[in-house]
Amino acid sequence: MAVLLAASPARPRGRLQALPACIFLAFALIPIVALFAGGTYLVSLGSRVMIFAIAAVALDLLVGYGALISFGHAAFIGIGAYAVGILSVYGITDALVSLPVALAVSAAYAFLTGVVCLRTSGVYFIMITLAFGQMAFFTASSLAPFGGDDGLTIAARNTLAGLPLLRNERAFYYFVFVCLLGTYLFCRALVRSRFGRVVRGAKENPVRMATIGFDVYRFQLATYVIAGALAGLSGFLLANATEFVSPAYMSWQRSGELIVMVLLGGLGSLDGAIIGAAAYLLTEEWLSGVTEHWKVIFGPVLVLVVLFARGGLIGLARDLARRFARA
Amino acid sequence: MPDAVLHLERLRKSFGALVVTDDLTFDVMPRELHAVIGPNGAGKTTLINQISGLVAPDSGTIQFAGRDITALPTHARAELGLARSFQVSSILPGFSALENVALAVQSRAGSSFRVLGRAAAEAALNDPAMAALADVGLAERAHVPAGELAHGEKRALELAIALAMQPKVLLLDEPMAGTGHEETARLVELLRRLKGRFAVVLVEHDMTAVFALADRISVLIYGRILASGTPARVRADPRVVAAYLGDEME
Repeated sequence: MAVLLAASPARPRGRLQALPACIFLAFALIPIVALFAGGTYLVSLGSRVMIFAIAAVALDLLVGYGALISFGHAAFIGIGAYAVGILSVYGITDALVSLPVALAVSAAYAFLTGVVCLRTSGVYFIMITLAFGQMAFFTASSLAPFGGDDGLTIAARNTLAGLPLLRNERAFYYFVFVCLLGTYLFCRALVRSRFGRVVRGAKENPVRMATIGFDVYRFQLATYVIAGALAGLSGFLLANATEFVSPAYMSWQRSGELIVMVLLGGLGSLDGAIIGAAAYLLTEEWLSGVTEHWKVIFGPVLVLVVLFARGGLIGLARDLARRFARA
Repeated sequence: MPDAVLHLERLRKSFGALVVTDDLTFDVMPRELHAVIGPNGAGKTTLINQISGLVAPDSGTIQFAGRDITALPTHARAELGLARSFQVSSILPGFSALENVALAVQSRAGSSFRVLGRAAAEAALNDPAMAALADVGLAERAHVPAGELAHGEKRALELAIALAMQPKVLLLDEPMAGTGHEETARLVELLRRLKGRFAVVLVEHDMTAVFALADRISVLIYGRILASGTPARVRADPRVVAAYLGDEME
């Protein structure tokens, strides 16, 4: 049945495969560019972008593919980060322990809160995820033995199987790179799989999905846990990058920034989530050097993107590519 | 009647003061096409919604294939073999026609927690889906996004989705609503071909279609069954003619 196996004509392939290749090639080359210009500043900025890109890709699973607008996503980053911080207080500083713990704890929080949140939908879902996010924030703020409001400084980055590999800025960079690549490939397989198709279907028409026999809730809960664990991974990396954890990592403003990243890049596109995270953080970096009130400039830009480029930056790029192909 | 595949016993439902299902007892035999007719507001769609689990009855029971399903959620009823179509087409507009049907096949196949492999390229899902599309005459439109299909094609797609579920009972809520003359004729022909594969509850306003297809007709008025029987008996029933058929058969 050759006809069946042919790609559906609605989606142009080939050209779009080139985009992720370009993105990851660019990330792979940054430390080499940094040898000539930018130095460690460029490398650590690159790490930061990739760390948030992981969280943005995870959030896009919920917002872009599942229509589950989570306004508490930063909580999972914070939980992953605190796992590293708190373990280090007790002298456990190896990533072979702290990484699985960070993933497990953020996944567990996602499961426990998701069981409740996913009973609601629409605005209520937004509000309840925000509430659970704030709960995590205030819990962290009141953790006096672990720095409370002031946060917690980590003595040194985690070792990897006893080796101080992550303490080298370039080695750490490539560690984050591998994490982002793994996250990206996993999520890409996920959204195209049987599982992902149910989640995408539930976004379009949950009633139809129920009447053909899918318990939509279970699929959404599983997605919520996966997204939470991946944000936990991002938190693990963030704590190691900054050697510091603070309640600010889970503030609702941070959750909002993550949504902005996903919107800016283009909802429902994993490439878009990475591009959005990069665009947001680089704009922040650049504009905040120009003026302290950089958000006054960034705000209107975001409004323009949402108004005139509904598909975000990725949609804009697609339109341009189409126009070039025609010319 | 012990061997009815679907049996509603003294079902009641009211929205506020309005009683939409009033002590209704109703059954469907295996492979039977049981039509439900009645004026607008008689409670036909609410009845279908209660059977498929989208609306909970206030009291009464629903038995399906020998099981009490009154408390089961919609998806569990679908898993047992209860399929339905909607009065206003309910499809996944961004998915291709083929994917709409393949999802129904996937639901029957289980193992939807699989996270690897491209679902859209699985022959085990696409082949039966394609067969169902061919059944309703949509094979050539398989790769068109469902939202872009013409109205009549969407109606046919709903049927294909239901067929792919290999149901024991198929609930059709006005499948001919809004379709043109030719399309109606095609749908009638299609239903005639499908008749006998499974039981069908057909809610429909098109009396020509109903009398051409039904083995049994129940007339629903104000949430109650006014009359029930073979098409010939219902047509001859003076109460039915007075209450409903009088204006419909003009």
